[in-house]
Amino acid sequence: MYSQDFIFILLFVVLGLALPMATLAMIGPLLRPKHPTKEKLKTYESGLDPVGDARVRYNVRYYLFALMFLAFDVETVFLYPWAVEYHNLGLYGFTEMLIFLVLLAIGLVYAWRKKVLEWK
Amino acid sequence: MFHWESTPLTGLSFLGMVIGAVVVLLIALAVVTYAIYFERKFIGWMQLRIGPNRVGPFGLFQSFADILKLLIKEDVIPDKADRIMFLLAPVIAFVPSFMVLAVIPFSSTHVFTAGLNVGVLYYLAISAITILGVVLGGWASNNKYSLIGGMRSAAQMISYEIPLGLSIVGVVLLSGSLNMNVIVAHQAKMWFIIPQIIGFVVFIIAGLAELNRTPFDLPEAESELVAGYHTEYSGFRFAFFMLTEYVYAFALAALATTLFLGGWSGPFLPSWLWFVIKTAAVIFFLFWVRATMPRMRGDQLMSFAWKVLIPVALFNLLLTGGLYLL
Repeated sequence: MYSQDFIFILLFVVLGLALPMATLAMIGPLLRPKHPTKEKLKTYESGLDPVGDARVRYNVRYYLFALMFLAFDVETVFLYPWAVEYHNLGLYGFTEMLIFLVLLAIGLVYAWRKKVLEWK
Repeated sequence: MFHWESTPLTGLSFLGMVIGAVVVLLIALAVVTYAIYFERKFIGWMQLRIGPNRVGPFGLFQSFADILKLLIKEDVIPDKADRIMFLLAPVIAFVPSFMVLAVIPFSSTHVFTAGLNVGVLYYLAISAITILGVVLGGWASNNKYSLIGGMRSAAQMISYEIPLGLSIVGVVLLSGSLNMNVIVAHQAKMWFIIPQIIGFVVFIIAGLAELNRTPFDLPEAESELVAGYHTEYSGFRFAFFMLTEYVYAFALAALATTLFLGGWSGPFLPSWLWFVIKTAAVIFFLFWVRATMPRMRGDQLMSFAWKVLIPVALFNLLLTGGLYLL
């Protein structure tokens, strides 16, 4: 049965959660001191009092890269089933994927020309 | 041959699974402990220093001392931080790093491996969750360094995830399966590093960037960002971010071994020993690069992924597909 593999993976999730839970929430508080002072709890800014809030506006380029990532990551996911079945598809599969890749390459070249890929 | 999916689910086999998973956890922790020690030692030697040599013979217990120290350090949570998210972020980052080890075939007996038919895809999908933990940690700290470090990490990791994914497609194409066991079996005659040399180079470069290691360690550039996304973290929460990083170094080396270097297959020696040798060689290569290369510039970093690695990976894919037809 295939479900056994997923039970095995579920065990990894449980163990992966158990380790931080045990060390951070159960054993940790018994071992570590807890003497918070006002200075200790202040946000770190190289020894000075922090100026303003940290949640400022940041560069819009992050958003553009996120959009590019979305398109190309979906492309990558589409390529996997194609690659698995490639030995059955032959020349037909190759041509189809060539068309698909050329379309995406045009997208990449467009972004390149529009200087989306420059980080300034 | 033994597989979990061909074993009926009884109490005994469930116990076996629990033991298998616990053993993998212990292996991962041991690997991380000694990867850190050997990294410091090797880089010390490469820079004509001695490296850690005080705790135990040759400093062998240095990492244990460090872990113990982190465990008894106060856990400072800044007043302005988003408390719940701040506490959760290291856990969100760590859990996927351990989960990906479930599909790595460590030896010819598959006791420690889930023979998932979507193994490669599972690795890529689960490892992407860690980015969430990193961004969350940076944002929840409410610290300028953390926020910028977190955003930089995220931008870098998502950019390099695409060449990483594309470089693996060539291997999948040659073996016709996403199952890691099948991929290893396909390399009995020839390791995939030979027909997929371009893919391997792209994989290693993108992998270095995914791990935020030198020369791609911009998110943690000490000279400008203090410590990046984990600036505000202290004690054992900080340790979990470090643990995540090193578990991923191990997982990525294991993945490179499985996909390109023939996995556990090899003559004379037992299969697990071959796996250890190959994985250790890849991890050593990561250390070597750190001692050799300077840090990249920020503007080079992003354009390198999109303008060099992705076109090269796509070209490799077309080349592999074309040659496969002939």
